Amino acid sequence: MDKFTKLTAVAAPLPIVNCDTDKIIPARFLKTLTRTGLGKNLFDPLRYDPETGEENPDFVLNKPAYRNAEILVAGHNFGCGSSREHAPWALLDYGIRCVISTGFADIFYNNSPKNGILLIKVSPEELDKLMEGAERGANATMTVDLENQEITNADGEKVSFDVDPFKKHCLLNGLDDIGLTLQKETSIESYEEKQKASEPWLYA
Amino acid sequence: MVSGPKTLFDKIWESHLVDQQDDGTCLVYIDRQLIHEITSAQAFDGLRQSGRKARRPEANLCVPDHNVPTTPGRGGTDEIEDDESRIQLEVLEKNAAEFGLPYISINDERQGIVHVIGPEQGFTQPGVTLVCGDSHTATHGAFGALAFGVGTSEVEHVLATQTLIQRPAKNMRITVNGSLPAGCTAKDLVLAIIGKIGTAGGTGHVIEYAGPAIEELSMEGRMTVCNMTIEAGARAGLVAPDEKTFEYLKDRPQCPKGAQWEAAVEHWRTLPSDPGATYDIEVELDVSEIVPQVTWGTSPEDEIGITGEVPDPASVDDANRRSAMERSLEYMDLKPGMKMTDIAVDKVFIGSCTNSRIEDMRAAAEIAKGRKVADSVYAMVVPGSGLVKIQAEEEGLDKIFTEAGFHWREPGCSMCLAMNGDMLHPGERSASTSNRNFEGRQGPGGRTHLVSPMMAAAAAIAGHLADVRDLID
Repeated sequence: MDKFTKLTAVAAPLPIVNCDTDKIIPARFLKTLTRTGLGKNLFDPLRYDPETGEENPDFVLNKPAYRNAEILVAGHNFGCGSSREHAPWALLDYGIRCVISTGFADIFYNNSPKNGILLIKVSPEELDKLMEGAERGANATMTVDLENQEITNADGEKVSFDVDPFKKHCLLNGLDDIGLTLQKETSIESYEEKQKASEPWLYA
Repeated sequence: MVSGPKTLFDKIWESHLVDQQDDGTCLVYIDRQLIHEITSAQAFDGLRQSGRKARRPEANLCVPDHNVPTTPGRGGTDEIEDDESRIQLEVLEKNAAEFGLPYISINDERQGIVHVIGPEQGFTQPGVTLVCGDSHTATHGAFGALAFGVGTSEVEHVLATQTLIQRPAKNMRITVNGSLPAGCTAKDLVLAIIGKIGTAGGTGHVIEYAGPAIEELSMEGRMTVCNMTIEAGARAGLVAPDEKTFEYLKDRPQCPKGAQWEAAVEHWRTLPSDPGATYDIEVELDVSEIVPQVTWGTSPEDEIGITGEVPDPASVDDANRRSAMERSLEYMDLKPGMKMTDIAVDKVFIGSCTNSRIEDMRAAAEIAKGRKVADSVYAMVVPGSGLVKIQAEEEGLDKIFTEAGFHWREPGCSMCLAMNGDMLHPGERSASTSNRNFEGRQGPGGRTHLVSPMMAAAAAIAGHLADVRDLID
């Protein structure tokens, strides 16, 4: 996966509360066998007219100022619903590397950093300011600095954020979880030996 | 580690810790994984690319469900007309064979929705950690298993290492008092809970359901409740295992037998939360006065009793909530103040991992018996597995449904998420026993009202949302 260190980019405002995974990428696009190619259907129900398939000019990512956005500033509980990792895959394929909100659904929160996408939780007051910054469009970029855990808003104001130290380490270095876990293989083996003795029916 | 009295969640969590880092990150052992065709292909590819094997093939169970046709007499995988769907099933079958994982094909009578067949096969057991690349994995918590949905990267992680990197969840207990009144089911109970705590109310928590109304529920009912835990934002729901749990599991194909069964039950009896265990959040509600529930909006928290009216956003103070409601009503094409029972439906779907078990079939059939589906409605019943279908047919339920004008289908996820061609068209409206009323969930532009199986049958007959209590003697 690609490292995430520091990103300066256009931020798109998406003030929808409970933006669910069916809005991010509807199930009918889940017939794919790869992780790529989903960007064109990111936010499909919002981006396109369901009957004609034409672009909805009112949707933020269809506006010229935001077509190249790499940051989303989103409403509370972003990514609720399904476990589909197609949601972060679609965001990444479109070019989004960072989502800022007051809260994320748990599974989406776990899935995103595994694909090099940084999710940042901020307070409601901070979100309001960042949403205002994002509404300035392409002329006002935002900077997200993971190393220093700091967002620079469009007006230059700084917002610091917390991040899980393990997720930060993996994102900064582009590390693969499985490789890290396999370094602990002896602990896994001894766990299995112990469990086999105490709950043998799980190994029948 | 928790000292002193422990919750059911604490006990399962602690007994599955393989390693804990100084920063609090835990490596947790995963006992069981269910695998389906939609969220696994990229995981198997990942294993191949890095030259890794499945660590314990027999700890997995593969079955296609999301993307399978439910057409009567559907035939085998090679007869699926849609190329992408057929290929996705073929790829799952090939991957299962290559990595040596148990696989159930669509021709097999045991095939069905992962969350229906896991318990049916006894693959789901109390005290285990169980995952699947599907958010409704919460279902299995009905057995006192710590079960949660994961993404595809985590599916691959479990295949390769039999573990997951996690942080502990917080404990939440929802105590449900009273007894469900006639016409109300586990579905109404859980919709009422979601309405109370909201769709993000459980975020970061595992919810333990307790209290007399939960103890009274059958295993099917408990599965319905735990299934929808994810719609309240929590990853996992739990119910303490009891005699009903053991009775359901006894003699299931993958459950221990003989002395091993006795040892397992003895262990399972130690799992319920200790008296005096504490929870980060406690919620209580009484269900003895609830009326059958129905959703009016595009989030499962947008629920109301069937006797109610479409709410008015203007009466809500919170600006975010008000704008979300306005958008929902616009999408749903509903006006504030409309009576819920005046909303006409085009399609009725009885099925999904929430409500496709034998008890759900019986409940819907009881309402359908001797009545007719309204001319304006297309109504389908999709059993959750081949075994549910066989049992329902042995009980004559299929005849009741077809005589009433319902379509009796083959098992799968079907119109819950509209991947397989069973779907709403733009502007169509459904009464559905599934779990999500999100925009476009049942097809682009489709409008979903979530209800119980009995309420769905009542809507099919009336042609509009209806109070099932009017049809009960």
